[in-house]
Amino acid sequence: MTGSSRFRSSGFRALILIAPLLVFLGLFFVWPLITVITQAVSDPAVSRVLPQTAAAIGDWDGEGVPAPEIQAAFRADIAANTDDQAMGDVTRRLNSSKSGFRSLMGKTVSAVRENPDIDLAEVDKRWADTAFWKAIQDNASPYTDAFLLASLDMERDSAGSITSMKEGTSANFAILMRTLWTSALVTLSCLIIGLPYAMIAASVSGWKRAVLLGAVLLPLWTSLLVRTAAWMIILQDNGIINQSLMGLGVIKEPLVLIYNRFGVVLAMTHVLLPFMVLPIYSVLITVPGNLMSAAASLGAHPVRAFLRVLLPLSLRGVISGALLVFMASIGYYITPALLGGAADQMISSVIADYSIKSANWSMAAAIGLILLVLTLALYAVYNRLSRDPIQAR
Amino acid sequence: MSENFIRFQKVTKDYGTVRVVENLDLDIARGEFVSLLGPSGSGKTTLLMMLAGFESVSGGAIILDGHKINDLPTHRRDMGVVFQNYALFPHMTIAKNVAFPLEMRGIPKAEVAGRVKKALDMVQLGALTDRLPGQLSGGQQQRVALARALVFEPRVVLMDEPLGALDKQLREQMQLDIRDLHHRLGLTIIFVTHDQDEALTMSDRIAVFNHGQIQQCASPREVYDHPSNRFVAEFIGETNLLEGTVSAVQGEVITLELPGGTAFRSHGMPGFAAGDKALLSLRPERIDLFSEGAAPEGSNCLSGEVTDTVYQGDHLRVVVETGAGRIIARINRKASEWANGARVTLGFRAQDGWVIAP
Repeated sequence: MTGSSRFRSSGFRALILIAPLLVFLGLFFVWPLITVITQAVSDPAVSRVLPQTAAAIGDWDGEGVPAPEIQAAFRADIAANTDDQAMGDVTRRLNSSKSGFRSLMGKTVSAVRENPDIDLAEVDKRWADTAFWKAIQDNASPYTDAFLLASLDMERDSAGSITSMKEGTSANFAILMRTLWTSALVTLSCLIIGLPYAMIAASVSGWKRAVLLGAVLLPLWTSLLVRTAAWMIILQDNGIINQSLMGLGVIKEPLVLIYNRFGVVLAMTHVLLPFMVLPIYSVLITVPGNLMSAAASLGAHPVRAFLRVLLPLSLRGVISGALLVFMASIGYYITPALLGGAADQMISSVIADYSIKSANWSMAAAIGLILLVLTLALYAVYNRLSRDPIQAR
Repeated sequence: MSENFIRFQKVTKDYGTVRVVENLDLDIARGEFVSLLGPSGSGKTTLLMMLAGFESVSGGAIILDGHKINDLPTHRRDMGVVFQNYALFPHMTIAKNVAFPLEMRGIPKAEVAGRVKKALDMVQLGALTDRLPGQLSGGQQQRVALARALVFEPRVVLMDEPLGALDKQLREQMQLDIRDLHHRLGLTIIFVTHDQDEALTMSDRIAVFNHGQIQQCASPREVYDHPSNRFVAEFIGETNLLEGTVSAVQGEVITLELPGGTAFRSHGMPGFAAGDKALLSLRPERIDLFSEGAAPEGSNCLSGEVTDTVYQGDHLRVVVETGAGRIIARINRKASEWANGARVTLGFRAQDGWVIAP
């Protein structure tokens, strides 16, 4: 056996070994991802019913009335179509780009069915208006950015430029901003609790450290739903907190702790705290224990020693932890759905609404894609910042 | 030079029920280089940590320049500490590390730069100011730590096994460097080590620790030649210990009778009386080897048979089995060589031995 064939056969064997993973990843990760991305940008309604028109009108320069071949292709498509419902979709879509299409298409379809070679300008003089042909050209492409724009409350006006939707028509952008804001709040509260916690955990040893780390890992070992349900029990109007505060006479009316932003942030902080504590802890554990002693011996007051030595050294862990928590937060669904009010729902619940309630897969996919891009951008930042500064040189 | 610049008075340290330092008294003069030498767990590092303020004092008092400092926080003690693991701040450049104590003292920026440069030049690292500690070798890092501990002109410099992590050659170079700095700057240095060579090389005085107590505190020569007890004799250097009974004391000469009937005349600790049990400590290099019966008049003699010789480069180790037990002698290479089985006489003068309590 020659060396190269032996190499090839071992490579082949390795390929067989990793094949199950590759197939799994391809089938359940890559393919769905591609489907989602395609769904988010595709709009085949017009191009499917008017395939010849779509192919022919692509090269039209938008000046004057389109060439006779394009008009012939349009007539042929209408004549060939047998699906009235699909034609209805096309009409609706075109009408939303240029009003007047509803009556125009109705008139044209019946005229063309009677005489496939009829001159369109004779059917209706609106066919001499380039604006109507322009609307067909705009919608002929099987791809569209309309869903992505709608995810951010934007649309294209009749001239084709991007504008904001009228106020009150869509809240996607507001909910996206709310998602980012809630995630920022969760990240901040994780940091406020997690940084001192990690510092304490790193400074003690033996069973104390085991207990501290165990306490922070415990939320990870319990089901998300169980934890959320537990918070519902604790926070409700006659829950433990309100009962004890009223029993102690601190308050007369129960505090509203649940179905608002407070409950959402509290429960999400609880769940995501390990992702803040562990990176900081793992950075601090590598810091020699006597750096603070050294700083003190050099004349640094404990507060200054902390600010100048321990805090800068833990910063890399803080950045990693903050990004991890933030990235995980923006995708949260169950916790805001169960513990938040109507005004606390996050972008994931909008995706769920689109996909489950209104079956608008394109919008669900488009918002999902925006979330994905946001997360990837944050991941790029994370990757850059978590690199070892010495190795990075 | 004022005596008793630093005083430990009946200092005790307990960890729970374990007493690591017990009723310890030690006075250190300004400008003195004192080594705390002892096996691990003997309390020497704990004493240093108490002096630096990293550990609290369980009992007694630590007095610095006439003031009790038991409760003075570390950052106000004005002591430079050099750690075994260097303890440089990994996120600061070399220059920033050395500037740190000056910044903490609010010294103007213009002055800081000059003093940092001077301190780094002193340890021959002036060219590496912009590097991070991680980019330096162990020896370079320790020199930075030294510069950082000296740059603010502390009242005392404390060193906790600072050379322990370095290889032998570098360690010896650093020993000489530190000794040189000590002489040049008139520093008061307290140096913790478990390496006796290091302590002998560098110190004005060595305090030998065991079980939380100082066994002996004296000059290197005194500690080596005149150990105060068996622990010191065995811990520092190599020695032969011969058990016997004191039969007479005349001035500084003690006559010790060995079980076999041999009698030796030797110097030793004061306070012995006839009839006391005692040990004779005999350093291997203080013994001379002669052909049987050829020992000069007036020296102590002991006959035996060579059972082993070990070539050690600069000297020979000769193991001699005698009536009083096995004795190791360290023989100069210029002297004659001895074959196994040769009958020999060991000889030493009264001033070459040292009698201690058993």
